[in-house]
Amino acid sequence: MDCKLIIKDVLEKINIRTSNIEERYGDEIHVAAAHDNFKNICLELHKALKSPVMMLCASDERALRGVFVVTCVFMSAKYRRWIFVNLDIDGNNPKFDSLSKEMYSASLFEREMREMFGIEAIGSPDSRRLRLHNEVWPEGFYPLRKDFDKNSVRAVQAGEYKFRRIEGEGVFEVPVGPVHAGIIGPGHFRFSVAGEPIINLETRLGFTHRGIEKLMEGKAVSEALRITECVTGDSCFGHSLAFSHAVEKICAMTVPEGAQMLRAIFLELERMYNHAADIGGMALDVGFSYPSALASIIKENILALNGKLTGSRYLKNVNRLGGLGKNLTAEDVSSLKEALKSIAEDLCELRAIVYDSVSFMDRVDSTGILKKTTAEDLGIVGLAARASGIPMDLRKDFPGIYGKVKFNLIKQASGDALARLNVRVAEFEESVSIIMQLLEKMSKHNANLTSAEIKFKAGSALGYAEGWRGAILYWVKLNDAGVIERCKIVDPSFHNWEGLSFAVLGNIIPDFPLCNKSFDLSYPGNDL
Amino acid sequence: MSVLRIIKNRLHKGVVTRPLGIESLGRELKSEIYKRFGRSFHIREVDTGSCGGCESEIIATTNPIYDIQRFGVDFVASPRHADALLVAGPVSKNMALALKKTYDAMPEPKYVITLGECALEGGSFKDSYYVENGVKSIIPVSLHIPGCPPDPAAIIRHLLSFLRGLSIKI
Repeated sequence: MDCKLIIKDVLEKINIRTSNIEERYGDEIHVAAAHDNFKNICLELHKALKSPVMMLCASDERALRGVFVVTCVFMSAKYRRWIFVNLDIDGNNPKFDSLSKEMYSASLFEREMREMFGIEAIGSPDSRRLRLHNEVWPEGFYPLRKDFDKNSVRAVQAGEYKFRRIEGEGVFEVPVGPVHAGIIGPGHFRFSVAGEPIINLETRLGFTHRGIEKLMEGKAVSEALRITECVTGDSCFGHSLAFSHAVEKICAMTVPEGAQMLRAIFLELERMYNHAADIGGMALDVGFSYPSALASIIKENILALNGKLTGSRYLKNVNRLGGLGKNLTAEDVSSLKEALKSIAEDLCELRAIVYDSVSFMDRVDSTGILKKTTAEDLGIVGLAARASGIPMDLRKDFPGIYGKVKFNLIKQASGDALARLNVRVAEFEESVSIIMQLLEKMSKHNANLTSAEIKFKAGSALGYAEGWRGAILYWVKLNDAGVIERCKIVDPSFHNWEGLSFAVLGNIIPDFPLCNKSFDLSYPGNDL
Repeated sequence: MSVLRIIKNRLHKGVVTRPLGIESLGRELKSEIYKRFGRSFHIREVDTGSCGGCESEIIATTNPIYDIQRFGVDFVASPRHADALLVAGPVSKNMALALKKTYDAMPEPKYVITLGECALEGGSFKDSYYVENGVKSIIPVSLHIPGCPPDPAAIIRHLLSFLRGLSIKI
């Protein structure tokens, strides 16, 4: 049965007969909801599709229709569809019933909508701000509203953020950050500790907030593409890919197969250098420096390879709308193959060193466990989800060009730091194999890497890519001149930071760096 | 077993450190750094809203291939141990205070070095409602290292020439 009928069934079960179910682009299904049934529809779909909230966002359409549109997005891997539930809410009285008590994965999104749009989720258990810190930003200024004027924001008297307070005999707090000891992004961690074990960790992020979603508005797509490469520096290509996917869907562009393959190769190279860095990082965080040095050599070699192939070590300015700006010459292909061979050998050695070390295994084994049920409730995605036993990978769920290559979905059951290490090591090896297979197939394609001239259309679509951390989502709304009206970005880190807070419970603070590194989440990707 | 293999591989690999063509400058500066900064030049890095690309390249300067430590330059965990502050990012409003506090915590003499397009005047984020006008608008800056992000060799080269400039002045 197709997905549209399933959804119809689900809705009929809760006595909603709607003809407002529309398919778009072949992979999106849109359901129009009303005030009184929005919550029910979302909860029923959440159960029926077994999907967390993948995205919950708003857009300001007051100028045209006097409403804000709230959109809740679910994913169905089984039917290969993204399911959108859309709700119009009154522009003068923006409220809707909170979903987060029944569906925790909606919680952060509701907080985000409140601070960015001033849309109230009635009954929401937590309405604290995420990114616009109370200390520097006054109440009542909502940056993502269309009529927001940055010059009208006045200096404020310092407000205060209320941390969850854990009380009891012998409980004390350890505040860490925003400036950390390492060369790393800023964030504040508030540990509540009794004796040695952590009994609560509250993460306050937003320190690297740069207002990217607002900056994107009013930009031409080609200009915006370059901004997406600056969202998080370790996933430049993944982000630009997800964004261009959205635009390509709206403008009905066909990307030549050769370009799709080359894009997948770059995406895998990005995955590889990050996985290698993290394997080394986990070793370093328990004081095991030899493998970490070796891992940094592997990372450097991949970055140098990227630089050689594309002119950018971080694959910036490589992706174009409808294709790629750079093809590989025969010489490039042979140097890529050669480099991959030696990189794969280095990884073999790294793998042997970390797995042979009993003391290292002892540190990672059963440290920082994220249980599968917790991961499901939080809506954890990507690598961390797979390590906790959730078989989720957009390269399998929405394969596209990945349908042409053979690779395994790497999954673990234990959800500890070791599981996340295992996923990285195995995925690295899979990536090498994917690239080799693609190179084999690519030799049969000609060199045309961009589709014809872009014909802009007005519309909105969801673009996605499985970055190395997990699903990167871009919901883009364009006008007919190819100018962005709204762009919602969800980096996998936004879902997964919550996972870290649960994984560290019961562990000791000295193991926190290891737990943190085993997730290796992005500060700028989360903060936008 | 494992130790034997490590030794074997180590010998097989040899020295991976890449010649950058600035070794003589480095050696010359080493003695300057030794005298002027009490043996080594220590840097504290602060991210004020960077995308992480600059951090990645700064970390790369310490890998065995670039090995910035061989020139007597190293990164430290506390501003109290630092001779210089290396700042990347357009300075998000949320980081302005933390940046100021970090700077204030450093002992004299101290230098501020900015790195990457964003840190100069905001880069791509210049027009945002949530960034300050670059690092300069908050603390005095002595050197800017351009690039988005600058590669590790460029970072090392800029740092060494900056140190040479300092030693000439002194």
